[in-house]
Amino acid sequence: MPEAHMPIWEVFIRARSGLAHRHAGSVHAPDAEMALQAARDTYTRRGEGLSIWVVPSSAITASDPQDKDSLFEPTADKIYRHPTFYEVPDEVGHM
Amino acid sequence: MYTQALNQKDSGPQGTQGLVEDPERLARFEARVAAEDKIEPNDWMPEAYRRTLTRQISQHAHSEIVGMLPEGNWITRAPSLRRKAALLAKVQDEGGHGLYLYAAAETLGTSREQLVEQLLSGKAKYSSIFNYPTLTWADIGAIGWLVDGAAIMNQIPLCRTSFGPYARAMIRICKEESFHQRQGYEIMLTLCRGTEQQKAMAQDALNRWWWPSLMMFGPPDAESSHTDQSMRWKIKRFTNDALRQQFVDATVPQGHYLGLTFPDPALRFNEETKHWEFGEIDWEEFRQVLAGNGPCNRERMEARRRAHDEGAWVREAALAHAAKRKARRAATPKLAAE
Repeated sequence: MPEAHMPIWEVFIRARSGLAHRHAGSVHAPDAEMALQAARDTYTRRGEGLSIWVVPSSAITASDPQDKDSLFEPTADKIYRHPTFYEVPDEVGHM
Repeated sequence: MYTQALNQKDSGPQGTQGLVEDPERLARFEARVAAEDKIEPNDWMPEAYRRTLTRQISQHAHSEIVGMLPEGNWITRAPSLRRKAALLAKVQDEGGHGLYLYAAAETLGTSREQLVEQLLSGKAKYSSIFNYPTLTWADIGAIGWLVDGAAIMNQIPLCRTSFGPYARAMIRICKEESFHQRQGYEIMLTLCRGTEQQKAMAQDALNRWWWPSLMMFGPPDAESSHTDQSMRWKIKRFTNDALRQQFVDATVPQGHYLGLTFPDPALRFNEETKHWEFGEIDWEEFRQVLAGNGPCNRERMEARRRAHDEGAWVREAALAHAAKRKARRAATPKLAAE
């Protein structure tokens, strides 16, 4: 069955100029050029985008959900990284 | 469309039916779902959740793909260029929806090739509604209005389903689907404002599509033993009967506006409950259609298998083309080396 060799590509679309490309979904295609065409047909039938990226799914390295706490939890108690942590008198005005 | 797969019995692969999940992980999973957290593909999930969703999402995808057939039947015979362009776009959307859904199902670990194979071998089902024929142009109106209307009722709550990729696919699908229902209603409206014959055609289509549309929501809650778990896991948000009632309440006034009557002598508005009450659904017909004995089951499957077989050369050619392009690129000396 040919589909067995049809790689999966992740599709990212820039909706408007000035915005970042955002993940839209995935497509199957034999190579990058055809993946771009398939992505265009599948994900931009109503003017959803100005630019498309396709990336082989196999090229993505994802963090493990089990590591979520050790990766992201430590930032929760570092409130001094936020501007509201610091006191500036009202008379100083907006800073 | 179409949560009918959630009414099927869960028959896991050999040996996994009795699988006992780690109670601690299961409790954590259930707590996350209860707290409205979304489950993503790499997260731990109970095997039954994975199986139920794979079946539900893939059969939803199959429904979109098979759903292209009854309407595709009328593309070449649409009465005007405007109608033809709209119908073509609608059928193309159904194909796109099928693809979004296969992609969402694949994140659960089953390849699209396997899912399609399950459809073609008859192992996987698709929505019962597509086993009815489209006999006249009015059927295209009735499908958009009723079938897509019922699908939207079903799909809007799925936008909040607990599995992230499915919910995201549904949001995109729902956005695109509202044009489907409106174009169908417009066809019905045009026919109802036309000649006596045209109005009779619209009435005939309503007569034939009304009951099958109500069946799309699946068996009554009392008989649907799998609803509980799907509701607890927030795969499904409303019961079959609740969604069916919502659909009837929304649709009956729309039909009356068209000047049409519904093929149900028991249909009446209950002033107290503010709901439209309707007659008994012929569940034997529903079971027969699901069992493969509907008017078009064989024809639909034959058409799908033929399309798959006759399209094989396109898939092969695309792969050969990609291989050739890759080889040519490898053979071309790099510019920097010149």
